[in-house]
Amino acid sequence: MKKLIVIGCIGFIVVFALSCGGNNSNTPASTSGSETEKTPEGNPSYDPHRGEGKFTKVDVGPTLNAAMAETGSKVYAVKCSSCHKLTQEKLVGPGWAGVTSRHTAEWIMNFVTNTDVMLNKDPKAQALLEICLVRMPNQNLTDDDARGVYEFQRKNDGVK
Amino acid sequence: MKKIKNGVPALVAVALLLGMDACKPKNAGDTVSSDAASKVYVAPGKYDEFYNFVSGGFSGQMSVYGLPSGRLLKVVPIFSVNPENGYGYSEETKPMLITSHGFIPWDDQHHLDLSQTNGEIDGRWIFANANNTPRVARIDLTTFRTAEIIELPNSAGNHSSPFITENTEYVVAGTRFSVPPDDKNGDVPINTYKDNFKGTISFISVDKTTGSMDIAFQLQCPGVNFDLSHSGKGPSSGWFFFSCYNTEKANTLLEVNASKRDKDFIMAVNWKKAEEYFKAGQGRKQAVKYAHNVYNEKTHTATSEFKTEVTVLDTKELKDICYFIPCPKSPHGCDVDPTGEYIVGSGKLAALIPVFSFDKIQKAIAAKDYIGDYDGIPVIKYESALYGEVKKPGLGPLHTEFDGRGNAITTMFVSSEIVKWNIKDLNIIDRQPTYYSPGHLCIPGGDTKSPNGKYVIVYNKITKDRYLPTGPELAQAAQLFDITGDKMKLLLDFPTIGEPHYAQAVVASLIRDKSVKFFKIEENESPYASKGEGTTKVVRNGNKVDVYLTLIRSHITPDNIEGIKMGDEVYFHATNIEQDWDVPHGFAIKGAANAELLVMPGETATLKWVPDRVGMFPFYCTDFCSALHQEMQGYARVSPAGSSVPISYSTGTNLPKSDSTENK
Repeated sequence: MKKLIVIGCIGFIVVFALSCGGNNSNTPASTSGSETEKTPEGNPSYDPHRGEGKFTKVDVGPTLNAAMAETGSKVYAVKCSSCHKLTQEKLVGPGWAGVTSRHTAEWIMNFVTNTDVMLNKDPKAQALLEICLVRMPNQNLTDDDARGVYEFQRKNDGVK
Repeated sequence: MKKIKNGVPALVAVALLLGMDACKPKNAGDTVSSDAASKVYVAPGKYDEFYNFVSGGFSGQMSVYGLPSGRLLKVVPIFSVNPENGYGYSEETKPMLITSHGFIPWDDQHHLDLSQTNGEIDGRWIFANANNTPRVARIDLTTFRTAEIIELPNSAGNHSSPFITENTEYVVAGTRFSVPPDDKNGDVPINTYKDNFKGTISFISVDKTTGSMDIAFQLQCPGVNFDLSHSGKGPSSGWFFFSCYNTEKANTLLEVNASKRDKDFIMAVNWKKAEEYFKAGQGRKQAVKYAHNVYNEKTHTATSEFKTEVTVLDTKELKDICYFIPCPKSPHGCDVDPTGEYIVGSGKLAALIPVFSFDKIQKAIAAKDYIGDYDGIPVIKYESALYGEVKKPGLGPLHTEFDGRGNAITTMFVSSEIVKWNIKDLNIIDRQPTYYSPGHLCIPGGDTKSPNGKYVIVYNKITKDRYLPTGPELAQAAQLFDITGDKMKLLLDFPTIGEPHYAQAVVASLIRDKSVKFFKIEENESPYASKGEGTTKVVRNGNKVDVYLTLIRSHITPDNIEGIKMGDEVYFHATNIEQDWDVPHGFAIKGAANAELLVMPGETATLKWVPDRVGMFPFYCTDFCSALHQEMQGYARVSPAGSSVPISYSTGTNLPKSDSTENK
């Protein structure tokens, strides 16, 4: 997957382009030419519950993995807490209370690690962008970080 | 013939008119082929094929262009402050511009050389010289930032610099101005020049892995003016060649007094021999003072350290290091062809270009084929070193680069043209006008073993009528020529920053994919970093107030700060906690006698602010970062000295109204 450039400073233009049905306003310059992302409609295998990214099946235990949640808590403090509260209150992005019941583990982890692609094509991500109007930054979490953050969200949602 | 006899005066008149017309500058329509536009067109969203690193001259910076489009991609601040991104203004970058003379906000940047391995560009670093207060800088090509600056003792007018050896073992730096050595009393009558003034050439070692620079040794040389230089390669590995003028040792009206001798010199330096002497302890330790400034990418902070000693090798006493080769009329460019066998000296006042043979130089040295000595250094007989001369190349030959196909291209300053000639037979192949008065020129890899002979870029000293007029000060400019055929074809004019001197160009793929996209926040070792909003704080220590703040789309934490008092020195330590490409945030506060900060993702930078009055001071992000960029702002309250307002700070907290925080 070609890594996308975030043109964060013109996020509003991207939003505008999205609202006009454009989906190619955020692809990178390249000597081989821009690649047009396939739209969800044009890709029947696209699973809106899973989103797009490397996570196709995440094993989630019945009880909390405290060590993973601890990792996630640390990542949250550095990379997420500026924009997401642990309550239902929206700050820059939505509050995290109940997030694990709104989205699957795969969707959350794909959104966190494959942010730009998801923002450009995933209907749920786009709906959130219309509310928040700030493109979620890709904070470059490792796979383990992303998994930890999900576990931390589960903890926040009351999983013991 | 008879029939047109009456027409002769008319023809003469027409010819005269044409002749007069020919003296006027030709316009672009005369010289640009019809396919030029398509050859330089890079479609929107596409990348250029080459990076072109261009010296900024009196701007002190380096600019980066894409070729063939001539689009300006970046200006890298090196020797001058840059309020645009806080270079030289932030606490972290101020040490980069420290010298033995103190903090210097400006310099004159002339030459660039890309690092090489085995005589080929390796795309790791580019070196830059400062002319005025002699220094050499190393720029990291993963971040396009100045990584290191080293000052040069015993030097003035660091012009023949920063040229490198084949494996970047050394960067050299030769003095344009000879001066009394730093450990001697410089308070001497000017007319003692010949006795007291010395020329110095520094050999700066470069660590193979880290690039870290250190002055290994200096060569003390006769008090001439060193102008330009280039390293040997292949058979001439281990040698360096410097052009010298003012062998008259004039100290006034050099225009006349340094142009008297029929021949000045190319100085051939056996640096391997010098290195041997140095390692054998033959040098003299001299007490000096010079600054060595290093930027640490992990702490995002520069440090400046003064060094106090340099090893000097006396080239008069230590034989076998230096040899002079006579070279006509004040040579300027000193360029070595890709094979390493031919050394081209460009006598800027000469009507020919001499080409010297390294093989013949070696034979002449072995046979002691000297015509005498100059200040104790042997002078090789001109004819014994000469391979041949390019006859009538044009007026004012300055610089030469090589196309890798056995040809050389030389700029002619006075006759405003570039001339292509064959190195073997010394015959001229083509000449094309430039607009106007070309100085340096650059072929990608054109001073290495493996030039990429697709283009030559010519950097002109005068643009006169080439661009829309902008008052007395006009655009500086470069011109791009296609050199793939026998005829050189002008493709494009493009303006440059400052005044362009030497430049380097390289295929983009060698650098493009190594570009750093952001700094990892986990690896940020700045003592002032805030890793997450939970760690932000405002700390008072006497009259020093440290504000540890974070920047992320689209708020600043903390954004309400109270308790600052008149007489305080406030340090805003701003950490950008974004972790993606192309999301810098800016930081500026009203009334700060300072610049802004432009903070890259994962970086920490510090702005010092000394409030000058009581009141409310807005601060905000200066880099349009998101749809809510205009909301990315905050307030700092300044109270009178002695006020009892306590330090407080918050974001997103609407403090209850209270008497103690209200203004009276």
